[in-house]
Amino acid sequence: MRVTVHLPGLLRADAGGAAHVPVEVDDGAGLRGVLDALTARHPGLDRRIRDERGALRRYVNVFVDGDECRGIGGLDAPVPDGAEVRLLPSVAGG
Amino acid sequence: MTYLLVIGTRKGLFTASSEDRRAWEVTGPHRLDTADYASMSSVYAVGVDPRSGRILAGAESSHFGPSVWYSDDNGASWHEPDTAPIAFPEDTNASFTRVWQFAFGPEPDTVYAGVEPHALFRSTDGGLSFRLVRPLWDHPHRADWFPGAGGGAIHTILPGLLGSNGRSPEAMTVAMSTGGVYQTRDAGATWTPANKGVSAVFLPDEEPEYGQCVHKVAAAPNGVLYLQNHHGVYRSADPAGEGWTSIEKGLPSNFGFAVVAHPGRPETAFTFPVLSQEVHLPPDNRLGVYRTDDGGDSWRPVTEGLPQGPYFGIVLRDAACTDGADVPGFYFGTRTGDVYAATDDGKRWHQVAAHLPDVLCVRAVEV
Repeated sequence: MRVTVHLPGLLRADAGGAAHVPVEVDDGAGLRGVLDALTARHPGLDRRIRDERGALRRYVNVFVDGDECRGIGGLDAPVPDGAEVRLLPSVAGG
Repeated sequence: MTYLLVIGTRKGLFTASSEDRRAWEVTGPHRLDTADYASMSSVYAVGVDPRSGRILAGAESSHFGPSVWYSDDNGASWHEPDTAPIAFPEDTNASFTRVWQFAFGPEPDTVYAGVEPHALFRSTDGGLSFRLVRPLWDHPHRADWFPGAGGGAIHTILPGLLGSNGRSPEAMTVAMSTGGVYQTRDAGATWTPANKGVSAVFLPDEEPEYGQCVHKVAAAPNGVLYLQNHHGVYRSADPAGEGWTSIEKGLPSNFGFAVVAHPGRPETAFTFPVLSQEVHLPPDNRLGVYRTDDGGDSWRPVTEGLPQGPYFGIVLRDAACTDGADVPGFYFGTRTGDVYAATDDGKRWHQVAAHLPDVLCVRAVEV
């Protein structure tokens, strides 16, 4: 299936400047599989969004068709064919 | 001769340069990355490789995590390794939080990083990639080390040194909060605690074998070590043998974070007292530096040139240093963003920078 991942401006330098990255994953891959496919294509993105244990960084939010992933299963969240996956920096810093 | 002062703050990295150590040109915050999320990060550790001149900065983005940046042109341009320079092996189930210390080994291109959570990493390529020093991570005491208010980290690394009679390429002293001082004599294969005489007021046994919250250790040129503890100031020529001797008498408080040893005179050192573990303010709300010239038997304030009115910024554990010059300069920064230098062998302070973000660390070198 095909999913489109939208990147915030802050992370586009790690994806060759791309704002949107289409990725192909197996049906049922879930969000972890989508991020694996994304970061296989753009390896520099992985350390920005996940730590070395594979956990999503605390202040990185990932929305699947508008739902923040932590409310729908985290990295195990289901991702339907044609989904719009959006990475956004959360409210943090100061 | 040009002197370069590298200043890590809560909001980015600054530098100051000077030909005479009196007139300083302050630059920053430096742009580490074009998106500026790293540029606006906390910089808890900076280091300057004495051989190559490479500057390393541990920057920590609240959104996108920690990393190490480097400059080979005195801060004019910055780069990040293509792959994560520091990462815990998968089987540790740990994740790298921040660098607290860089230190440079006796071999060229060898760099050590003390990090949070409590761990030591080693690089042999000038800081582009690091590997976990596994025996210290696997130490049976590690389960008992716990984080203080600032986090649990190895924050002091003294390569090649155990004490006044303990220099060798295979030796190293590290210190951590909490955990205390540990030493290796075999290039990191085995580690033993060296905390005899150092107090731990927060534990039932106030002088345990390990578990102390040591805040910083500084080495005098003869190998004698000065230690600022979480309540307590100490000196030792042989931490693993005779242990540590209290030298806090004469200080307005035995609490503090930073301690700096004179690079040429073993009996001279500087401390930056803080009122207490509960009140992180300068004693009497006055910015004060204390100096000993007799190995800690006595202390005197060195305040000429410092603000004489109420002052509320303290000096954190790595926010003080010396440039190691023949006539050494001493430097410190405060949590209220002021940076001071004393270049007449520590007699009078003058201001290098004001109104920066909280100063977390400073390092000074001749370039």
